[in-house]
Amino acid sequence: MSNEVMSILKKDYIYNLMLKGKREDGRTFDEIRDIDLRTNVIEKAEGSAWIKLGETEILVGVKLQVGTPFPDSPGEGVIITSMELNPIASPEFEAGPPKENAIEMARVTDRGIRESGAIDLSKLCITEGEEVWIIFIDIHVLNNSGNIQDASSLGAIAALLTATVPGKREGRGEDIPLPIRDMPISVTLVDIGGEVMVDPDLDEENVCDCRITIVSNQDGSISGMQKSGDGALTEEKLLQAVSMACQKASELRETHLLDI
Amino acid sequence: MSDKPEKFIDENGLRLDGRRLNEIRPMKMEIGVLSRADGSCYLEWGKNKILAAVYGPRELHPRRLQKSDSALIRYRYNMAAFSVEDRIRPGPSRRSIEISKVSREAFEPVVMTQLYPGTVIDVFAEVLQADAGTRTAAINAASVALADAGIPMKGLIASCAVGKVDGQLVLDLDKPEDNYGDADIPMAMTSDGEITLLQMDGDVTQEEFKKAIEMCKEGCLQIFEIQKETLRQKFTKLDDVEISDDEDNVDISTLVENSLESSVDDEGEDSIVVEDTEDDPGQDIEVEEDQDIEIEDEADEDIGPEKEEFIPEAVDLDTDQEDAEDIEVSGDIDDPCLVDGDIAPEDDGRTA
Repeated sequence: MSNEVMSILKKDYIYNLMLKGKREDGRTFDEIRDIDLRTNVIEKAEGSAWIKLGETEILVGVKLQVGTPFPDSPGEGVIITSMELNPIASPEFEAGPPKENAIEMARVTDRGIRESGAIDLSKLCITEGEEVWIIFIDIHVLNNSGNIQDASSLGAIAALLTATVPGKREGRGEDIPLPIRDMPISVTLVDIGGEVMVDPDLDEENVCDCRITIVSNQDGSISGMQKSGDGALTEEKLLQAVSMACQKASELRETHLLDI
Repeated sequence: MSDKPEKFIDENGLRLDGRRLNEIRPMKMEIGVLSRADGSCYLEWGKNKILAAVYGPRELHPRRLQKSDSALIRYRYNMAAFSVEDRIRPGPSRRSIEISKVSREAFEPVVMTQLYPGTVIDVFAEVLQADAGTRTAAINAASVALADAGIPMKGLIASCAVGKVDGQLVLDLDKPEDNYGDADIPMAMTSDGEITLLQMDGDVTQEEFKKAIEMCKEGCLQIFEIQKETLRQKFTKLDDVEISDDEDNVDISTLVENSLESSVDDEGEDSIVVEDTEDDPGQDIEVEEDQDIEIEDEADEDIGPEKEEFIPEAVDLDTDQEDAEDIEVSGDIDDPCLVDGDIAPEDDGRTA
């Protein structure tokens, strides 16, 4: 988690609230903060999304370029996901190459999209073994108020849904919408004193024992998972987290993605 | 390299390398293999060859990194350039940075860091040869190396992966299963079954996931036994042998050369280093007590026959499928940035 300094009083406060079944901002354990999602906010990008999850703000841009495929998948496009924890987003963030937190979150986002088969990569092949489309998903964190992970992956899939393959610009045929088959949604929960709660805010993230992210798809299957943070998780809590996450993911999908 | 096997599981329910669905690959461990390290462990698991070393608790520089109330754990997972089919560029990659982070977090719940404020405990896990499941193998080795270093821990950590091939869950993926399977779920847990590492990619249902945890638990129980037995062999021997008797220092090169042909049972006592690896005498007392308790707890049990039970059958490792292994990076949980420097922008070198 972050290294932000937390007073013991604050930790106790959040813990005691948990014992009463409450959270600092009045939410229930399975309640996600308000989401404001806007797509196509950057005209120069092939697809983009601006997302506000509570106070957390993230901008995701998708760019496509022509490049060479990997030798082990000559007929498939390539996805490259990176995240920048921009210093404007938090006093804790520093400029420079991505550190382990940013790398981890970018890779979890990447795995969710890749493993769910959300993008039909075989349609992104121009000439087999020579030219394919490379999709760059760049996640810029603008304000960190907790749960960057979920905001990123929701922003990423929203940006992908609006993206076009710039065939004309690159002289590779017509512009077509990016072939999207699935909508993986990540839901992150934290374990605080033995209770799991979704969508942690910054304080909850800082005091939690551990954090678990679950990426699920339209058909309810799970395509990615990651435990993060110093604590351990019991099997019971984990399974509870998984079912809560799958349910929340389908709600998010319905309210925010289906009409894009 | 699209030589995906047609079937991963035959009509008898056996996998490509002859294992049953819930069987782990043969595992062999040796501790105290490095004379300078405070604790070390060499592990062979299938074709994986891992060397783990622990240094510390020792002074941490720069001082601003010191934690006033606990020791800092640093975990470095590193793959040797020659450990996979196609050479990988040495040094940290995005993949290895992520693995190092989650592996460190897998140990945080058990290592009693509060006993050594202001210090660092360095854990180095070197993958000398990779063949699917290196992060779990590295954790198993590191766990024993920590115990060997006498770091007080609430218990050991064992780790193994569950995957899905041909629509069925299998324990401890081998290379083809890892490359072409439908899911890969590496986990690490304490002996109480608390999960300290969990990653997943692929596609499973909630029910399958539930079953995967159970399978993984089974696998980890077997690994705990191997880990404990390894420790027991060294530390029970310490009791009846004079330290000065030790002349047979294990050479790592011979360890690496010797393949898995000999199962754990075959190693005689002479292959174990009896050596005083403690540099810090102040630590000794703590160490010995800790180890002793662990060992004595288990000493009541009848070790012999039980051990037999937990050692999976030796498998012929020189099968064709094994030879056709893909490189580790492209098959593992991964983005392809690592494979090809031409396409991938090197994020690590980027400035804001």
